[in-house]
Amino acid sequence: MAATETSSSNPSLFYRLFFDKELRSVTIQVITMALIFAFFFFIVNNAITNLEAIGKGYSFSFLWDASNYDINQTLIEYNSRSPHWRAAVVGLINTLLVAVAGIILSTIVGFLLGVLRLSSNWLINRVVYVYIEYVRNVPVLLHILLVHGIVVNSLPIPKNALMAFDGTLFLTNRGFYTPKPLFEPAMWAVLIAFIIGVGFTIWFKGYAKKIQDATGKIYPVLWISLGAILLFPIIVFFLAGLPVNLEYPELKGFNFKGGLVLRPEFVALWLALSLYTAAFIAEIVRAGIQAISHGQTEAAFALGIKPSRTMSLVIIPQALRVIIPPLSSQYLNITKNSSLAIAIGYMDIVATIGGISLNQTGREMECMTIVLAIYLTFSLMISAFMNWYNKRMKLVER
Amino acid sequence: MKLFKTLAVSAAVALASTSGAATAGTLQDVQARGELNCVVTTGVAGFAAPDDAGRWAGFDVDFCRATAAAVLGDGDKVKFIPTTGKTRFTVLNSGEGDLLYRNTTITMSRDADLKLTFLGVNYYDGQGFMVPKALGVTSAKELDGASICIQTGTTTELNLADYFRSNNMSYEPVAIETNEEGQVNYLAGRCDVYTTDASGLASTRGTFDNPNAHIILPEIISKEPLGPAVRQGDDEWADVTRWVLNVLIAAEEAGLNQGNVAGHAAKAGSNVDINRMVGTEGDFGSMIGLDKQWAVRAISAVGNYGEIFERNIGVNTGLGLARGLNAQWTNGGILYSPPVR
Repeated sequence: MAATETSSSNPSLFYRLFFDKELRSVTIQVITMALIFAFFFFIVNNAITNLEAIGKGYSFSFLWDASNYDINQTLIEYNSRSPHWRAAVVGLINTLLVAVAGIILSTIVGFLLGVLRLSSNWLINRVVYVYIEYVRNVPVLLHILLVHGIVVNSLPIPKNALMAFDGTLFLTNRGFYTPKPLFEPAMWAVLIAFIIGVGFTIWFKGYAKKIQDATGKIYPVLWISLGAILLFPIIVFFLAGLPVNLEYPELKGFNFKGGLVLRPEFVALWLALSLYTAAFIAEIVRAGIQAISHGQTEAAFALGIKPSRTMSLVIIPQALRVIIPPLSSQYLNITKNSSLAIAIGYMDIVATIGGISLNQTGREMECMTIVLAIYLTFSLMISAFMNWYNKRMKLVER
Repeated sequence: MKLFKTLAVSAAVALASTSGAATAGTLQDVQARGELNCVVTTGVAGFAAPDDAGRWAGFDVDFCRATAAAVLGDGDKVKFIPTTGKTRFTVLNSGEGDLLYRNTTITMSRDADLKLTFLGVNYYDGQGFMVPKALGVTSAKELDGASICIQTGTTTELNLADYFRSNNMSYEPVAIETNEEGQVNYLAGRCDVYTTDASGLASTRGTFDNPNAHIILPEIISKEPLGPAVRQGDDEWADVTRWVLNVLIAAEEAGLNQGNVAGHAAKAGSNVDINRMVGTEGDFGSMIGLDKQWAVRAISAVGNYGEIFERNIGVNTGLGLARGLNAQWTNGGILYSPPVR
């Protein structure tokens, strides 16, 4: 009878599974883990079996074969004789370029919009509100196509290029051309001056803090730092006799040759991603600032702290703690959204190794593994950096 | 541990059963499903594109319909799967599609390395260049330094890189995912040149507001034999689809067309070639797992090769393509079907 069994000192396993909380939870966890493992085992095994069934192995040796295609935007040496792995690196650099440029621009625009959104001026406040709501409620792919369409359709062909700043900037629908600086050896002096400036600034910051802690005297650290980092190298640059030559873009045949070029695909992707993400960042910044109670400002004022110092020493450090975690997600989003580049022909990692190479070699699994690994690495790196920064900005509890 | 073993065993059983299902013949799968999954392009006017009523039409589409008519008895029992240049082989190899008719160039690596079986050629093509007339260019040799729009994921990129390298010319490639985006960029002047197979250029030009403002340069820089393909390893299905293609070509040669095929099928005539095709002599259908009327259904659904060509891409259509290489071998072309015998 059941009643007698429950009272026995050595209950059965079946009984303990029901009534021993610890054993029960351990069992459930083991089963769950086993199911998860079995699931992944099944999926991977299935892929391998099916690939073998149609006679396709899993090998990365194709990466060393000539790629046989050209890429328009290459920041490293590349031509159609280069191997596939080099095409992948070209794509990777293009992805990094647009992601980093996008993160910088979206942060600047996002913070500006976020602050303007809180403006007491009704007109500014409403205009920014409408802008944010419009931008973040339209899919980013449409923004990319829209900006690309505007650049390509509204700007003239190279023959009728819009010239600005006396021949130093040409606007065409094939790209924006500016002169390319070619440095002379004396440029080293300027670089050294810049390094000295940075070194001085780091030392001076510590020195100023020490003086402030000891005597309460405050130095204008910002202005002195700017002078050391910017003004000093500029003075050296002029003293060295302007050691730079400009290579001007010139219209030759179909296109401009020479100079630096920003292609419409890059411009469209960069602007669209930045403006789109900026709308989200603006809302995050607004939330961050509003999260700090007004009492903090009043308390700072009561202590006699100037309004500008109240903002930089009291409000912003606290607001940043609210802002940084969601900001990291936006940085990850911009990186991942850059894979939409293929829609307008920007040659990022998805378009090169995950696109043309994949198609030419037919190695879907291998190419997609590479693309996946690259995005994962890049995203994890951003996450790690933002976590580190978040820890640094966290409230230090004593 | 025992638990894991149980799971592993059940997983293995599931695996074995699914891979077992995948090896059943495609012909039986299609017949059981009652629908042919045909992989086509996302839209090349004249070759495969939905018409005003949303019904798929075009040169490649008609071959799909002919196959469906032969196998299922109805040319409308086709599900068209639009694919980009990039996704087409994956769609076919994964089993989502049964048959690929998508302006696909036959190459050795696709045949051997991508594990496809090509069935023959339904259009002999070659890569060409289109430029605006206003540019004043008359030869591809004058294109040094030009920006060129390419539809990505095709053999086009390789030919282009080879051609410019061997002629010591430079160019800026603008690789675009689809034909439509490529057209938009070309018309906006993002590129000086649009390049793809000559038939594709004619198709693209036909959709422009002012087709006469653009010319196709005389240089053809590659051989592009376009043909249908199936997955490697199902010879029975490859035979069915290959002979549907062959019989449409052979029918034109023998003078069998959409109008007279019913009459020929009703009573054996004096032409033994036609008799074999329409099933009044011999039983060729059963050799490929179909009935005697297989070719009759295919031809009455869409007509013979010549009729398909003229209706979709011939000189009287917007594309205005001449038969050229695609004429029958008896008419100065290289279209040459093995005999149905």
